[in-house]
Order: sequence, then structure tokens, then C-alpha cells
Amino acid sequence: MSVDTAKEPQGDVVSSGPGGLEVQPAPHLTDPITTRRLMLDVIIALIPAFLASLVFFQWNSLRVLALCLIGCLATEYLFNRVRNKPNSLSDLSAVVTAIILAFSLPPTLPWFAVLMGAIVAIALGKMFFGGLGQNIFNPAMVGRAFLMVTFASLMTTWVAPAAEPGPPVPTDRVEAVTAATPLAQIKPGDPERPLPETWRLFVGRTAGSLGETSVIALLIGAAYLLIRRTIDWTIPFGMLGAALAFAAIAYLAAPGKFANPMFHLGAGSLVFGAFFIATDLVTSPLSKSGRVVFGAGCGVLTMVIRQFGTYPEGVMFSILMMNALAPLIGRWMRPTPLGGKARG
Amino acid sequence: MITNTIKSKLTNKKVFPRGVHPHDFKEQTRDRAIEAVPWPKEVVIPFQQHIGAPAQPTVKPRQEVKRGEVIGTAGGFVSAPVHASVDGKTGPLTTVLTPVGTRVSAVPVQTAEISQEQLEQDLKDFLQPQGPVKPADLIEPEAIVKAAAEAGLVGMGGATFPTHVKLKVSPERKIDTVVLNGSECEPYLTADDRLMREASGTVVRGLMLAMRAVGAPRGVIAIEDNKPEAIAAMRQAAAGYPSVEVAVCAAKYPMGGERQLIPAVLNRVIPTGGLPLDVGVVVVNVATSLALAHAVDRSRPAITRVLTLTGAVHRPGNYYVAIGTPLSHVIEHAGGLKDDAAEVILGGPMMGVTMPDLSTPVTKGTSGITVLTRDQVVRRQETACIRCGRCVDHCPLKLMPTKISQAVKHRDLELAKAYDLMACCECGCCSYVCPAGIPVVQYIKSGKAAEMRRRAREKAEAAKKA
Repeated sequence: MSVDTAKEPQGDVVSSGPGGLEVQPAPHLTDPITTRRLMLDVIIALIPAFLASLVFFQWNSLRVLALCLIGCLATEYLFNRVRNKPNSLSDLSAVVTAIILAFSLPPTLPWFAVLMGAIVAIALGKMFFGGLGQNIFNPAMVGRAFLMVTFASLMTTWVAPAAEPGPPVPTDRVEAVTAATPLAQIKPGDPERPLPETWRLFVGRTAGSLGETSVIALLIGAAYLLIRRTIDWTIPFGMLGAALAFAAIAYLAAPGKFANPMFHLGAGSLVFGAFFIATDLVTSPLSKSGRVVFGAGCGVLTMVIRQFGTYPEGVMFSILMMNALAPLIGRWMRPTPLGGKARG
Repeated sequence: MITNTIKSKLTNKKVFPRGVHPHDFKEQTRDRAIEAVPWPKEVVIPFQQHIGAPAQPTVKPRQEVKRGEVIGTAGGFVSAPVHASVDGKTGPLTTVLTPVGTRVSAVPVQTAEISQEQLEQDLKDFLQPQGPVKPADLIEPEAIVKAAAEAGLVGMGGATFPTHVKLKVSPERKIDTVVLNGSECEPYLTADDRLMREASGTVVRGLMLAMRAVGAPRGVIAIEDNKPEAIAAMRQAAAGYPSVEVAVCAAKYPMGGERQLIPAVLNRVIPTGGLPLDVGVVVVNVATSLALAHAVDRSRPAITRVLTLTGAVHRPGNYYVAIGTPLSHVIEHAGGLKDDAAEVILGGPMMGVTMPDLSTPVTKGTSGITVLTRDQVVRRQETACIRCGRCVDHCPLKLMPTKISQAVKHRDLELAKAYDLMACCECGCCSYVCPAGIPVVQYIKSGKAAEMRRRAREKAEAAKKA
């Protein structure tokens, strides 16, 4: 509300100014961090992992990401258009969803599957709930879960990364060499093959989803997010801590049966999930203690699925399950006000 | 939080958990010595400048009044008298707009002439009064409370709670510490900083009197570490008093809130809905302490105060002003508003209130006038809450601001109360950090107001039945 103060008796002072004084509620200063800036930070933090995926999966990486972006942005745009809501693309949250989804898909996934996943992620994962901030489940993981159920075999066909040392493959016959992911290799029934060395897991030169393989690239991005305070330590600490503790206990109890904790840290999407998926602001609890519990739940469920379930990887399901529990955790883990609850 | 404790141990600075770190903008005025503002042609003195019942006017129109003369008597125990702040002649009663948006009755006084020398002498006497004073221990506590009541003292940090009510502690309460609040955590404001530097002796004297009044054996002067000169000055002034110590606090908003200051300095937590009294503490602001020294030693009422005028004005600084002086007069004295001035705030930018009308007078609680520029006040569009939890992480009272504000937004007062609506101290950290631009604290304030109205209604209905 702007008030014309020139009419006031002491108007001479004011009229030398701009002619109208603003009235608005305190506080009159704000932190420069906006929703858009938070999303931009996540996008920046995902660049190293994207570069790594370009090296390992080459043009497939670009293809999947582009398709996800098209699918996500178009869906959000159309939803807002149809519902007569203001266009929300500029908050960049759909871009983040697109990148996270792309990074969690196999590089060779056909275009129609990628596109369907992207549409479902935004439509079912976010817009059906009322848009940003209203959704219960991580949109990217909703899209991925949909693909997992609909295109089970396509979603579990993996290629070896480029420049994989081995026998030369005649390029006119096959596009790429199929290969098992490190996690699939430790599942029973998989042909006995030597596990990749741990260093290779951390560099990311293994078969796997687009952006999950290079732990080092992911950690560079994660460090950026932590320094910028876009995310805090709670969820990654809870998730990695619980997963590693679980893996360590299992490994010590039966070293022949279970892989060592460092393998679990480097393989699959544990690091990607801990820093970039589970930390989704919308779908995690509000309080610090709640976030630690939420992260720990993700970590434990991931390891349960990895070690006892039929799926080789459990990050997606564990996060979706904990998303469902997040409102309850929020209710249980409410911070007590300083000075205690008010009486009466 | 653990990190806070470690930080506090390492730096030996007092700190409370959570809160925010806005840029303090104090560089604009911190080195500007207190300067007396000449009397305006007319002051307008409101009869309510405090929490509690308004004062009862005792003057007629066209009556000659002397500076310091009572023009309104206290309207109850929780109330304060009002005094003429200038020599002059009263006009017909009028009303003025208060920062909370209500109108209160006030009396205009046509001021007599005052020479520049008189003005400067008055400021000198205000900062460093000369002449012998009785040791605080030889003054009866009741006499101190009485002097505070007669002088119309109120909390000059902005809360404006009548000081005599605060100092009149029932005998079964044991108060062991008086905390002198010199934290001045609001960005931009430096008036308390200047008072501690230029009037350190008088401020410490006030603290000794407050300690005597409430029977506290210990005094703690709490100052944020962004005021090193004030820390040095107060240390020196307190050197002769073994019962008084200086506590250096980390600069953090809202350090000056009682619920943050007491845990930081004394490691005691005020129970929700309670008062500092409940943990044996009384907190007194720097300007109030100075005014208390004047009230007791020289029977001088609260008729002037020091305030910071800062931001988009041509000559920002710390000004010594007669109560009732219109904001416009102070601003004019400081060279006027700059062209890009967009918002005039009574107080600091975190909790202050914007005033559209510059004829509003300076009152006992006006600690500053902050003028923000057009670039600074760009209002953010309110977008959806993304449940990021920043308001929860920064709330110094450990509340869940977004939950409360959403409940208020959906008119569910019961749910808001379940999330401790009434415990909120309205510091505004939640709005400050909200990336979605949600005026969180504004929703909470309106929820509190709705609850207060409901309680009043309930009380009225109960009274009707009885």
C-alpha cells in the first residue's frame, strides 16, 4: 500500500522525497535466498555429475536429460495453463525434478519411456497434489517408480561405460555392451564375476544409472550444497550413517555373504540419494531431529532391500517409503518450544 | 545446539542457539556522536506511550507548561504519567497515530524559544550529569520504585513496559541478577551503543539503582561484540563495582530479546508464558537505565531520549530529541529524506513498524527511525511453502513457524495453539529466512491478535453470566 503523504501537514519534508511512503509488515530486511535460488543451487551442484555422465555414457546422457527436461517442463506448463494458474517454470523446481529423474535412469532407456517417466513425475508426482510444496512423494522418484513397474526389463538393462577396457566390440553390430551393475553382481544367481575395485566405484566407471555412478563428482556437488547451506548435514548423515552401520554389521557378521560397507557406499545410488534425492525439501520432515530419523530410515531400508530384497538397489523405494512416513515423523519429532509447552 | 556451545566456549562469547545474522548496517551511524535536535515549533505529546492504561490529561488548552511538569497522571498501577517535554503553551487535545495503528489522545504544546547553548548544556547534563549522588545502597528500594513511577519511566528499548512495575518485586520473589541489555541487536540502530560510550557512568549508575530496587546482588552488562568501544567504556565504568560484570555476546539477531539474552548470558531458560522474574532476573535496557539514574538522582522525568536516525537520510546520526517531536522535524534536522527513500520505520528493520505519516511524534519507546530505500523494500511475491524448514531451523524459540502460520491462514486457531502460537516473540526470523517470501510472522501476529480477541470475548461472556 502506498500512501500519499504530500497531503499531510508536515508534507514539506516528504514532498522533497519520492512523494509516497511504503507501509508493510516487519521484518523489512530479508535473506537473499529465494526458492528459485535454492533450486538453482541444486542444479549447479549436479553439474559435476552430469559432466561425469557425459564422459561415461556420452550422447546417451545428453539425450536422456534433454527428454526429461522437455517432458517435465512441458507437463508443468500445460498443467498451469489448463488450471489457469500462473506459470511456475521460473521457480526451477521442474528443472531439478527433470535432472534427478534423468540421473536415475539407465542411459539406453528408449525415448518414449523417458518421456513417459518425465510426464508422470510432474503430473502424478507434483501437479496432482497442487504443485510445488504440496506433494508427498519426491516427483522424480514417482516417475522412476512408474517406469520401474511399466518397463521393468528396459529399466534393468545396463550398458558398460565408454572406454571400458576389455575385448574390442565391433561397433557396427551393437551400440554398446550390456553389463551388470555392481549391485546386481552381488545378488545371488548372478554369474560369478570379480567385483569392480572400490576406486572404480568412486570414479564412476561402472554400469549404472546416468548420474549415480561417479561418487566423486556427486560429492563435489554435495560439498557445494553444504557450503551454500542449501541442504544441511541431517539427512545425508542419517542416511549414509545408517546404511554404512547396517552394511558394516552385516559384513562383520558374515563377510562371505555380504559386501563390505565401502562397496555399498560406492555402488548404486546411495550417495546420489543421500545428498540429492532424500534431501528434497518438500518431501522431508521440517525439524532437524525429524530429518535425521528420516535419513536413517532411508539408509536402513536401502540396505534391507539391497541385502535381502529381490531388487539389487533400494534407494528409490526406501525414499518413497520414508516420504510417506515424513508427515508422521514430523508429528512425532516436533521440537519442544524453548521454555517448554505452554500451560493450559 | 552443540556447535553454539563449542563456539561460545572457544570465543568466550555468549550466544543463544538459532536466530539469524542480518548485515548490521551500523557503520552509518556508529561513529556519529549524540547531537541535540532543537525544539520544533510544536510538540505533540501522546498520553499513552506505554503498555497499560493511558495517562489522564491534567492540562487545559492554552495553559502555560514548564518542561518536566506533569501533564497527565498515571491511569492505574500498570500505567505511567506523562510530562511536558518543553516549555510552552498547550493547544486543544488531539489524537495521533500510534505504531500499532490505533489513535491515542495527545496534547500539542507550542514551544518557547531555547538557545543553542541551553540545548547543548542540557545534552551534557543528560549524558554526564555533575554533582554528588548518594550511594545506591543508602537509597531505600521503595524510593527508587517511586522515583521511577513519578518520572513516567517505561522500557525505552521499545517494549515500553512501565519500569516501576518491573522494579516493584514482591518480597517472596528472589531476584539475584539484573541484566543491563546493551545488545542492540536490531540492524542499523546505534543509540544504545552511543549512550554506553558517551554516558557510561550514568548508565552504570542506573544499573546499580535497579539492582538496589530489586535486591539483586549481581549486575551483568550484556553487549554484542560488534560494539568494542562500548564494551571498553562500560568495562571501565564498571571497574569500581565488584558486583557488576560485562558479558560480551556474539552479534546475532535477536540477542536483545529477553528469551535469548538470559539463556545466553546466564544459561537460564524462561518458561513459556513466564517472565524473567521466574528465573530470578530483571532485564533493563541501556536507555531506561540512564533514565532511571536521572529519575532517582535528579527527579528528572522521561522527557527526552536518544534515537538513531539512519538509512536514506542526508545526515544519519544519533539524535537527542524532546518527546513529542514529530518525526518530520528530526528528519528535517538531519537534512531530509534522500530521493530514493521509500519506507520510514519506527525502530529497526527487523521489528520496527512503517509509518506513512511523518507527523507522528517521537515517544518514550522510539529507539530509532530507519529509512529504507526503494531498492531495499522490494516486496517479495508470496509463493507456496516448500517445507524447507528454514523457519524451524532459525526460530530462536524452537517453534514451527510455518505450521503456525498455515494454521492461522486456514483460520484454525486451535491447531495454531497446538503449535504454540502464543509462545511466539514476533522477532521475525521466520519471515527473514523464508525463501518463498511468506510473511510468516505476520500471519502469526494476526493469529495471536485473534486469540486475544477470543479470550477477551470469553471473559466478557463469563462476566455477563456472573
